[in-house]
Amino acid sequence: MTHSTASATALYDIPGPVTRKRHFLYGVLSTAVILALFGWILYLLFDTDQFTSAKWTPFTYKGIQELLLRGLGNTLKAFAYAAVLSLALGAVLAVGRLSDHKPVRWISTLLVEFFRAMPVLVMIFFIFVALKVQPLPALVAGLTLYNGSVLAEVFRTGINSVERGQREAAYALGMRKTQVTTYVLAPQAVRAMLPTIISQLVVALKDTSLGYLITYEEFLHAGKLIASNLDYDLPFIPVVMVISPIYIGMCMLLSWFATWVARRERRNPKTEGTGVAAAEPGTLLPGRPK
Amino acid sequence: MDVLTENWSLYGKGFLGTVELTVYASILALVLGFVMASFRVAPVGSLRVIGTVWVAVLRNTPLTLLFFAVLLGLPRFGLVLPFQVFAVLALGCYTSAFICEALRSGINTVPTGQGEAARSLGMSFGQTLNNVVLPQAFRSVIPPVGSTLIALAKNSAIAGAFSVTELLGTYKTLNELGYSIIWSFIWIAVGYLIITLAISALFNVLEKRWGVAR
Repeated sequence: MTHSTASATALYDIPGPVTRKRHFLYGVLSTAVILALFGWILYLLFDTDQFTSAKWTPFTYKGIQELLLRGLGNTLKAFAYAAVLSLALGAVLAVGRLSDHKPVRWISTLLVEFFRAMPVLVMIFFIFVALKVQPLPALVAGLTLYNGSVLAEVFRTGINSVERGQREAAYALGMRKTQVTTYVLAPQAVRAMLPTIISQLVVALKDTSLGYLITYEEFLHAGKLIASNLDYDLPFIPVVMVISPIYIGMCMLLSWFATWVARRERRNPKTEGTGVAAAEPGTLLPGRPK
Repeated sequence: MDVLTENWSLYGKGFLGTVELTVYASILALVLGFVMASFRVAPVGSLRVIGTVWVAVLRNTPLTLLFFAVLLGLPRFGLVLPFQVFAVLALGCYTSAFICEALRSGINTVPTGQGEAARSLGMSFGQTLNNVVLPQAFRSVIPPVGSTLIALAKNSAIAGAFSVTELLGTYKTLNELGYSIIWSFIWIAVGYLIITLAISALFNVLEKRWGVAR
């Protein structure tokens, strides 16, 4: 895939003086529009008294800060469990889909397709409401089932995308299938898959916020507790303004890490033999060559 | 089994709610995604910045947080709209970031020579983009856009938890009426499968008609 610079030069020439002036004008105009929008939002914020001290004092209290930190800790805890478990489940399901035994292959395929087709929230609610599981395990189980089956596909395509010669050479040396996979294919595949795996973990991190909907006491839940407090004059907007940057920042850090790994891998001669496509958000598109 | 036959109207309402949410949010996401994608490849620097920031922020925002901020936060601004509209806004904006990236990578698959040829015919940026590059890009982005819209349909379940009428939300009423929870969830699952399979079938047809074999 080429980058924006390549496509940019494909779409327009290097601008001359007149065009540069025109582009400058467009730039100024769009900046003005954006600034006006921000100004209007700022006006709305002040107009609806979002910056009154009553609404911001809660954040100076130790108890509130601890509540937020505890929520953040719970979010990270759910994420850690979900990440480890979905990697494990993904590995198991991928092995199942690559198995030589038909029934094993069918069952794994069925599981992978079903869990990818269901909304995560439906699974979480089902486990929470129908199976009467505690919020944390319900959240982790739902995230694991979904992300695990997405990762299974990532692992499978990763293993399959290692160049054929590698596999053939390993078999020619007299290795068993397990040996071929663990000694030859998996190490090469994992390097190439790493960026995709990390991107999928970003999805898992984002989805931990679903715990809020099943009363798991995570970060957003802590925010809601503060936001609906009458003593502080319902500091709803301030809470959003405090929580969002932290949440989005965490996910961005992880995303950037994925991009950084991807860039490093692209320069790495050891992964030249493998190429892994990005995991797509939903599947259920049958009949397409993979 | 009885859960479905005795509650047709409830399920129907929920199902329609999910379909409506999906359709409106899809339209918003496609339009916004298209605008942001053209911003991201535009020759004007500040437009590119707007597109990049839009995508970077929305792709890394947990959807629950976005719903929380939009459905419960915007009314504090004095902006009072039906929850359904807010849900479409949140879902549409969120998904537009993914549509934008799909379109942008589609634009990148169009060979450079096409753009160069268009330019040497004297076409402007807008003409090159709209008459030469995008028609080809659209054809190669049918599959990723399809799976993004399927993800949108699945994500719409979150709206139910914020008291918008949709499929997942029906379990609450059924639970109160004392129906078997397991069966009510099975029918909810079937409902979602119908919607996602319909989108996937639609995009299969689109791809057969317009998709490019590269």
